[in-house]
Amino acid sequence: MKIVVAIKQIPERDAAVRIDAAGAWIDESDMQWGMNESDAYALEEALRLKEAYGGEVIALSAGPERVSSTLREALAKGADRAIHVDAKDLAQRDSLNVAQLLAAAIRPESPDLILTGLQSDDLGYGLTGVLVAELLRLPHASLILHVEKTESGLSVKRELEEGWFQNIELPLPALLTIQSGGNKLRYATLMGIKRAKTKELRNVAASDLGVAPAQTVALERIALPQKQKSTQILTGPAKEAAVALVERLKFEARVL
Amino acid sequence: MSGVWVVLEERAGRIGRISWEAVAAGQALAQQLGLTVSAVIPGAQTETPAAEAATKAINKVVRLDHALLSPYTPDGFLGALEQFFRAVQPGYVVFPHTYQVRDYAPALAARFGQAFIGDVTGFADGPVFHRQLLQGRLTGTYRPAGNETCFLSVQSGAFRADQLAAGSPPVEVFTPALEATQIRTWSSTPFRAAAQTVDLSTAPVIVSVGRGIKEADNLPLIQELAKALGAELAASRPICDNGWLPIERQVGSSGQTVAPKLYVAVGISGAIQHLVGIKGSQCIVAINKDPDAPIFEAADYGIVGDLFEVVPALIDALKASAT
Ligand SMILES: Cc1cc2nc3c(=O)[nH]c(=O)nc-3n(C[C@H](O)[C@H](O)[C@H](O)COP(=O)(O)OP(=O)(O)OC[C@H]3O[C@@H](n4cnc5c(N)ncnc54)[C@H](O)[C@@H]3O)c2cc1C
Ligand SMILES: Nc1ncnc2c1ncn2[C@@H]1O[C@H](COP(=O)(O)O)[C@@H](O)[C@H]1O
Repeated sequence: MKIVVAIKQIPERDAAVRIDAAGAWIDESDMQWGMNESDAYALEEALRLKEAYGGEVIALSAGPERVSSTLREALAKGADRAIHVDAKDLAQRDSLNVAQLLAAAIRPESPDLILTGLQSDDLGYGLTGVLVAELLRLPHASLILHVEKTESGLSVKRELEEGWFQNIELPLPALLTIQSGGNKLRYATLMGIKRAKTKELRNVAASDLGVAPAQTVALERIALPQKQKSTQILTGPAKEAAVALVERLKFEARVL
Repeated sequence: MSGVWVVLEERAGRIGRISWEAVAAGQALAQQLGLTVSAVIPGAQTETPAAEAATKAINKVVRLDHALLSPYTPDGFLGALEQFFRAVQPGYVVFPHTYQVRDYAPALAARFGQAFIGDVTGFADGPVFHRQLLQGRLTGTYRPAGNETCFLSVQSGAFRADQLAAGSPPVEVFTPALEATQIRTWSSTPFRAAAQTVDLSTAPVIVSVGRGIKEADNLPLIQELAKALGAELAASRPICDNGWLPIERQVGSSGQTVAPKLYVAVGISGAIQHLVGIKGSQCIVAINKDPDAPIFEAADYGIVGDLFEVVPALIDALKASAT
């Protein structure tokens, strides 16, 4: 199976976020970056499918120069090659336009399977995979935890709300958006990291993909959420705060 | 352009709570813009849910009815709703942000050349729409660029459905042209995982642990806190994804919904998928080192600090107060 995995680079989970001077996006200077969580699970699923059925895993990411480090990480974990859609202007593109970029980069590869994460933890749209499938006219299934190959295509396990699941069968080629937790993630080995340096990481300029930036919906402004609830924050050293909390729970909230 | 349309989702013949919230959002939007609000229900046998919808103050209810719309498939829903909305030419289409909607609605918007605005928490003059970024740490304001149809979904709990005015709108039927061959995926009826042995829904006190715990080896600290409180132990999704605690201890939209007297969230950021599972709690306590963590917005009491200092202190304080 030839599998493309779309991987997004996002701010490292515990990184402090500051709003930039224009209030348009977060200040990216000094930011630490990492692989989006569900994309790591998508990559893991792709590597397991390759190990079981043979084929090739291609990691794909759109973004500025810095995303190549996340693609190297994917190569170190076992992807065979990577495509970097070099675009500094993702902020001037809406979610549909970014999906068009990714679709344009995938099309010439004609993969059997495309995997994306379920949702990016920065913009959090949760729709790019579904859009790429639509743009490439492929069947898709979303929120997938488990993938099996069948004679005619795939049988997958889809998560529904509140602990319910459903099986979906679909023909190949197809696209799946992968939910976290279906597999245990592997770490890159030292050998893997060494090998990654020799693997192909191809740069494609966004301008060469024939998708001009466009926005039917624009992210105009970002801000800290407005506080609605008055939470009592107990201050002081840990010990004092803990004693005060127990008091409140006992005599004010009366829940102890 | 013909007003605001709300796409209702039916489950076993009933309209779900979040669909009513989408109606409330649609009504508020329509009022602001001086438009009418109507509802459409895709499905195979929609008489009953349509009758239920037709008790509210909306302009009309349309049954988008076809045998191939049950069970749900993205191809079926996309085909049917595309035909319907091409005919109707709505100004705004409002969806409830369910797992089903996220599976097809963005592609529907794409067929109309539009980017989808998902998981909206509110709107303001313009209109502009608000939604969460970075898992609730920031809010983004989105503005549709043109006068084309705008497609959006609303977050669970963001709009109040309990005060929808009553009405008696007409019910119409729209029959889309669909062929079995258009539908490329097959889906089974939903099933549950193996029987759960832990029922968190009735626990009076819950201590819940998130990724702030760093490693599985640190879990005994939280277990000790749970013991001091006589509490059940629960967790956010990443803890269960990592296999550190069994999935039946997961709280949230894809785990259990809880309603304890006291819910103590330790090292949990407070993403919406976690918060929807704990809304019914009487008292929420949050311990987190990040003062801007969204969990504090849900909490009644909070301690900003390193859990590895705060939790041992809390265990001591509980023990001291018990004697
Ligand atoms: C479709 C879907 C369904 C989902 N279902 C669920 C669900 O059912 N349940 C669920 O929980 N999630 C669910 N999620 C995931 C959810 O979006 C979040 O990713 C998840 O809840 C985050 O878990 P967390 O708060 O433990 O981790 P993080 O978001 O990583 O937060 C860790 C927190 O710990 C704090 N911290 C770190 N170190 C310390 C320290 N030393 N002391 C104190 N605090 C510290 C940090 O400040 C941070 O706030 C779902 C997501 C999707 C897309
Ligand atoms: N710039 C990007 N480069 C590569 N993949 C992306 C990019 N943006 C989104 N994706 C993929 O689409 C998924 C969903 O993203 P989103 O729709 O932004 O929540 C992610 O988990 C990635 O797999």
